[in-house]
Amino acid sequence: MKGTQLGEFEELILLTIALLYDDAYSVAVVEELAQRLERPMSLGAVHRTMQRLEEKGLVQSRFGESTAERGGRRKRLFTVTTAGEQILQEARKVRNDLWAGISKAAFGGGVV
Amino acid sequence: MNEEQSTPKRDAIPRPPRWAQYLMERITASHLYEELAGDLDELFHKRGRRYGYTKARLLYVWDFLLLLHPRLWRREPTPYFKPRHTRYNDISKTFFFHPTMIRNYLKIAFRNLLKNKSYSAINIGGLAVGMAVAMLIGIWITDEVSANKHHKNYETLYQVKMHQTFDGRRGTQDALPFPMGDELKAKYPDFKAVAMCDWGSNRSLVVGNQKFLKDGHFIGQDAIDMFSLNILNGDKQPLKEPYSIVLTDETAHAIFGNQDPIGKMLKLDNTVDLKVTAVVTKQPKNATLQFDYLLPWHLQEKMYDWIAKFHKTNWGNNSWATYVQLKDGISPEQTNAKIKNVVLSHLSDNANTVKLIKPEVFIHPMAKWRLYSDFEEGKNTGGFIKYVRLFGIFGLFILVIACINFMNLSTARSEKRAKEVGVRKAVGSGREQLIGQFLSESILIATMALVLALVIVLISLPYFNTLTEKTMAIQFDSPIFWVVTLVFTLFTGLLAGSYPALYLSSFNPVKILKGGVHVGKSASLPRKVLVVVQFTFSIVLMIGTIIIYQQIQHGKNRPIGFNNSGLISVNSSKDLIEHFDALRNELLATGAVTSICKSNSPPTQIWSNNNGWEWKGSTPEEKSVVFSTIATNFDYINTIGIKLKEGRDFSRDFTTDSSGVILNEAAVKRMSLKHPVGEILKWNGKARKVVGVIPDIMMESPYRAISPLTIVFEKDWVSFVCVRINPSVASSVAIKKIAPIFDKYNPGFPFDYKFSDTEYAKKFSYEELIGNLSAIISLLAVFISCLGLFGLASFMAEQRTKEIGIRKVLGASVANVWRLLSKDFVQLVIISCLVASPIAWYAMSQWLKDYTYKIDIQFGVFLMVLIMALAITLLTVSYQAIKAALLNPVKSLKSE
Repeated sequence: MKGTQLGEFEELILLTIALLYDDAYSVAVVEELAQRLERPMSLGAVHRTMQRLEEKGLVQSRFGESTAERGGRRKRLFTVTTAGEQILQEARKVRNDLWAGISKAAFGGGVV
Repeated sequence: MNEEQSTPKRDAIPRPPRWAQYLMERITASHLYEELAGDLDELFHKRGRRYGYTKARLLYVWDFLLLLHPRLWRREPTPYFKPRHTRYNDISKTFFFHPTMIRNYLKIAFRNLLKNKSYSAINIGGLAVGMAVAMLIGIWITDEVSANKHHKNYETLYQVKMHQTFDGRRGTQDALPFPMGDELKAKYPDFKAVAMCDWGSNRSLVVGNQKFLKDGHFIGQDAIDMFSLNILNGDKQPLKEPYSIVLTDETAHAIFGNQDPIGKMLKLDNTVDLKVTAVVTKQPKNATLQFDYLLPWHLQEKMYDWIAKFHKTNWGNNSWATYVQLKDGISPEQTNAKIKNVVLSHLSDNANTVKLIKPEVFIHPMAKWRLYSDFEEGKNTGGFIKYVRLFGIFGLFILVIACINFMNLSTARSEKRAKEVGVRKAVGSGREQLIGQFLSESILIATMALVLALVIVLISLPYFNTLTEKTMAIQFDSPIFWVVTLVFTLFTGLLAGSYPALYLSSFNPVKILKGGVHVGKSASLPRKVLVVVQFTFSIVLMIGTIIIYQQIQHGKNRPIGFNNSGLISVNSSKDLIEHFDALRNELLATGAVTSICKSNSPPTQIWSNNNGWEWKGSTPEEKSVVFSTIATNFDYINTIGIKLKEGRDFSRDFTTDSSGVILNEAAVKRMSLKHPVGEILKWNGKARKVVGVIPDIMMESPYRAISPLTIVFEKDWVSFVCVRINPSVASSVAIKKIAPIFDKYNPGFPFDYKFSDTEYAKKFSYEELIGNLSAIISLLAVFISCLGLFGLASFMAEQRTKEIGIRKVLGASVANVWRLLSKDFVQLVIISCLVASPIAWYAMSQWLKDYTYKIDIQFGVFLMVLIMALAITLLTVSYQAIKAALLNPVKSLKSE
C-alpha cells in the first residue's frame, strides 16, 4: 500500500460508488451510506471526499441525466477507475491477511 | 368549476427556502454549483415526502451550512485528468494576490525596471530621498514626543507652576518660593513625593589638583525615586546627608576614571567637601531634567547663609522649581483646586499688591513639559508642538511630492505600457490582475527606495544630529520601528501606485491594439494638476525658507547698543569677590584689559526682574510693574561699552552713587519721566537717585521688545565678572595673559570664560535650526520636483519626436522647438506660484506673529521665488527640450 493513502471514510465511499455502479452520485451515496451505517451523513462531507477521490484519480465522473426533482439540473455520476479498483483490492487483501493472521485465542475471552 | 381548482395554491409544489438557494448560488464555486444545488433539491424532495416539508426545509438549510467548506466555495476547478503537481496552473481567473501571480508581477516589474534604467533611477532615487527626509523627520518627532517617557512615574509627575498678574498682564512662571516644597509635603496628602530644585549652574568640582566645571542641581531627596533615577552604584537614598553628591556615570568617569567613586571626597566651589554617595545613569538627551551631578537640597542653606536668612520662610521671592508626584488615582484637577492659593495665603501682610498680583498655583503634567509649555494670559497655548506639527507637515509634503513624481512618470509612460496592457487584457487578464501588477510594481519600487532611504538616513543621521543637537539613532531592534517602516513603505507604494494602477488598467484593449492609443489631452490634465500641487508645495517651502532666513538676519542685524566683541564674562566665586580689587589692579596692569566690572548676569542675559518701584506720579497699582534689573558696581557702562544718553556712570567720586540707579529709555518712557537724571525713585521703599540714562540695549531676545531696565548699584550681588579686552591685543594673547591671574585669585575653579559675541550668537541657534531644517527640506523638495519634471520632459520629448522631426523639416529652429516644449511647464509653474503665494503668505504671517521685532513680508520675495522657480524649471526642461530639438529629423522620421 504505497503511494496514495486511503482514509477510512474515503474507502467507504469508494466502495459505495462501486456498489452503486452506474448510479453512483452524491445523493445516492449519502442515502446508501446513511442507511448502512445507521448514522446521518453530511452531503458536504461526501462531496468533499468524492472531489478528493477524483483528484487522486481513484474515481472519474461524467454528467448524467437531469430530472425535474433536481430543478432540471444534471447529476454527476461517478465510476471507480482502474486505480481505484486496485487500491480497494489492496486494502481488502491487507485486511484479509490481517484477519487470517489473528489467532483464535485473541477473541472470545481466550482459551481457559 | 369549483374555486379550489380554478385558483390552485401558488405553493402547491413545495420549494426549498429561497434565501438559502440564493446564497448557495452566490457562494458555491460555479463549476460545482449545478450538481450541489441539484443534490440539495433532490434531497429536499425526498425528505419532504418522507418526513414532511418543514423538516426538509430545516435539513436543507442544515446541509447548506455544512457545505460551507472552503473546498466547495469559489475554488477553481481542478482539471480532471490533470497531471499532479503541475506548475502550469490555469491562473487566468486567479484572485490577484495569488502567490504565483505575485511571482509573475515581480518578475515583470524587475524586467521593466531594468529596461528603463534612467526612469527607474529617477523614480527610486526621488522616492528614496523623499522617504529618507520623512524618516528623519519621523525620528526627530519621535525623539520630541518620547521626551521624558523614560521616567517610570511619567504619568504622575507634575511641575508646580504659578500664574501672576503684573501691570495688567497675566504671566506664568516656574519659579516658586523656597518654603513651597515643605508646605506641599506637610499639608497636602495628594502628593506622594515633592522635590524642589534650583535652576542648575556650573560649579567647580575639585579632586586633588584636577578641576572640573560641571552643571548640576540642588534637589530634594525625593527626586531620586520620583524621576526613577537609575542608581548604578552606591546608596539608595544618596541625598539624605547634606554633605553628599550624586554623580552621573559620565561625570564619575571623567573625574575618577576607572576607580570606584563611592565614598571618595571632592570639593565643591572651593567651599565644601562632599562625599560621593551614588552614581546614576546619565539622563537621555531629550530629558527635561539634565545634570552632571546632584546635590542635596539642604546643602544650599549650609553653603549660602543668605538662603537661610532671607528665603527659608519668605513667600515673596520666587526662585526655585518644584516637582511633585501625585498619589495614584488623584486627579490633577482636584489637586489644583486645593493648592490654588498656597502662595496667596502666605502673602496676606501686603494685601494691596497681593490682590493685584493674584498668584495662582497649579500643576503641569510631565507629558506636557516638552511640547506644551507656553502660557498666555494664564492659558496653556501649546509651545514646541507647533514645530513638531510644522515639520510633520513638511515631511508629509516631501513624501507627497515624491509620490507625485512616481505617479506622473508612470502615467506619462502609459503610452509605452499601453500595448502591454492591451496584450495582457486580450490574453485574458482581468482588471484586478492588472491593478495587482501595477501595485506590486510600485510596492517593489517603494521597497527598493526604502532600502536606499535607510542607507541615506544612516549616512545623514550624524549630520542631522549635529544640526539638531540631539543623539538620535534608528532603532533597528525595535519592532515598532519595523512595523511603522513597513506600513509606511506599503502605504507609499500603494499611494504612489494607486493612480497609475487604476488609470492604466482601465484601457480598452481593442482600442489599444488597433492603433496605439492617443492618451491625449484628457490624460495629461490630472498629470498637470499633480505637477501644480507638487510645485505649490515646493514654492511654499521656498518662500517660507526665505522669510525665515530674512527674519533671522533681521534679528542678527538688530543694533544691540553695546560693544559685543572683545568682551568676556567669567563665573564669579567667593574668592573672586573677596579679591576683586587686587584682581582688577593686576588685570589692568597686564595691559591686555582696559576695564573690568562685576554684575549679576552675563552681558547677553538679564537674570533678574523686580517690581516694587515707585516714581513721581506713580499709582499704587504701578508698584506691580516689573522692571528688568542688572545689579552692578563701578565701571559697568564703560566695560560693557554702552554709550550713555544722559548723565553718567556710577562713579567712585560720588559716595551717594551707592544708592543710585541707571535707567534705559524704555524705563524712562514707562515712568513717563521728563528729566530723568537727578530724579529720586523709590525701590521697595528705599530712595534711589537716577544718575544716568542709557539707550535701549538688547541683552535678552533679539526678537522681543526691549523691556524697561533698571541698573542698580549693589555691592555684592555678583555672579559674573566682565572683562573688556584691549582691542589692540589679540584675544588669544589676552586670554593667555589673564588666565594665570584668575587662577591665582580663584584657585577652586578652572578658568572658564565666555566671549559675549559667541554667547550672543547662541540666541539665534533655535531660529537657525528651524531655518536650516526648512532650507534643507525646501532644497530637497525642489530637487525632487525637478527630478520629476526632468523625467516628464524627457517623455514629452520622446512622445513628440515625430512631430518635432516634421517641424524641423518644415523649417522650425531649435529655439522654436525649445519654446514649444518648455511652454507647458512654464505655465504650470506660474500657476503653482499663484496658488502657493497666498498659502505661504498666510503661513508665514502666522509664524511671524510670535515675534515682536520682525520683518514685513515683502512682495519681492514672491517675485524672487517665481523667477527662481522659472529658472530652475527651464534649466531642468531645457536639457531635454534642446536634446530633442537637436535630434536629426532624418533619424526620427525614418519609420519603424
